[in-house]
Amino acid sequence: MSHEKVETNIGLMMILIVLVISVGGLIEIVPLFFLKKTTEPVSGLMPYNSLQLAGRDVYVHEGCYGCHSQMVRPFRAETERYGHYSLAGEFVYDRPFQWGSKRTGPDLQRVGGRYSDDWHRLHLTNPRLVVPESNMPAYPWLNENMVDGELIADKMRVLRILNTPYTDEDIANAPASVEGKTEMDALIAYLQVLGIHVSTRR
Amino acid sequence: MSVFWSIVVTIVILLNIIGCYLLIRWVAKPNKGEAKRGEATGHVWDDDLMELNNPMPRWWLYMFYITIVWGLIYLLMYPGFGNYPGLLGWTSDKKYSDEVSAANEAYGPIFSKYAETPIIELSEIKEANLVGQRLFVNYCAQCHGSDAGGSRGFPNLTDNDWIWGGSPADIKHSIANGRHAAMAAWGSILKPIQIEYLADHLMSLTGRKHKATDAQRGKELFASYCAACHKADATGNPLLGAPNLADKIWLYGASRNKIIESITKGRTGQMPAHMNFLGEDKVHILTAYVYSLSSH
Repeated sequence: MSHEKVETNIGLMMILIVLVISVGGLIEIVPLFFLKKTTEPVSGLMPYNSLQLAGRDVYVHEGCYGCHSQMVRPFRAETERYGHYSLAGEFVYDRPFQWGSKRTGPDLQRVGGRYSDDWHRLHLTNPRLVVPESNMPAYPWLNENMVDGELIADKMRVLRILNTPYTDEDIANAPASVEGKTEMDALIAYLQVLGIHVSTRR
Repeated sequence: MSVFWSIVVTIVILLNIIGCYLLIRWVAKPNKGEAKRGEATGHVWDDDLMELNNPMPRWWLYMFYITIVWGLIYLLMYPGFGNYPGLLGWTSDKKYSDEVSAANEAYGPIFSKYAETPIIELSEIKEANLVGQRLFVNYCAQCHGSDAGGSRGFPNLTDNDWIWGGSPADIKHSIANGRHAAMAAWGSILKPIQIEYLADHLMSLTGRKHKATDAQRGKELFASYCAACHKADATGNPLLGAPNLADKIWLYGASRNKIIESITKGRTGQMPAHMNFLGEDKVHILTAYVYSLSSH
């Protein structure tokens, strides 16, 4: 096979390129699908309940991931500030995970239990109310937008297809359990369970 | 990972490296039917732009070979071939725990040397307070403010008015184990007019504008509904986190409307526990710092 043959045959070149770049994926990604450490939940981890799941969607549609990561890396500087570094088994019910890639604001993976619900409510309504130096945008409309209960049940059904262990009862109760809840309530419920199953002990 | 995947990974890596080597050999050596060295290969672009079949610079070619050798050495020293741990025994967990223990050795004494000093004495030591202030700004300022002055719903720690008690032991307990205050919502139990009476009574306690007759009615209501937690004289009970209502410090706002809102909807005050996160030594220093804020 001569050089010219590869250079002038775009189909052959595509096949060869795919072969070359698939090597990295084959050895770095594929085995992870078969590792217990990455596919099984850490002890105590529960699937998001209906309200938390709705809050997770608020997190996504408000674009929180644009400024906040959910991935504490195994460096002392990070664990001192945030708590125990993230473990793969903590994200098994996240579809997709919200690791993010940019920290304009702090990491949120261990934010659960760090602040009171009241604090979150004030802070999301207007961050300057509690942190004068904050440059985070205010999200006051979360107090007015209501959670759609029927939609949440549908989402839980889809997640069940993807092996999230929701029972029929969970799904049947979902619309009632988010009745009258605002997106603010949902987002706070979500934030308060983030990363609480692995704690730093000293 | 399982033996199967370990073998797969090892084989794919080795094949990849061998492939790289063969690819370099293939393009570096003259092949049959190729143009001779220094002559045009036959590729022509833009009428007269030709490619000459010159060999790759040797130093450049050798860099490829060096990369391959480097890769093999690296794979021998570090974990890369599936489950093979590498000669250096490097793991990310170990690197992390080494980093932490080195830091604990270096910085631990800074915090632990005050562990035995009683809080009150410690609150007088300037250096300890500087350490405490930095810890405070890092871990506490989000709610209590960087000057510890608090804001609505988050107590001021500098005014020597304590909801849960201001003794060193009380403060330490608040930081280490957190606090959870729950004021019931009375809106469903009391009539709106009764809540107004109560507000008038509370306004009267600090000598603010109120209707005397309403305040008297409020006082009776207070005795039956509120005194259990806030005490009959409304001075509060630090054991329950029930604030003093007879002073001018109001956590959730002092206006008549805010008082009515607090009674109607109730309030929940929550201080998160920090012992697991910060550890005994840092909690000790923080306690002394917080204590020092109002003791001078």
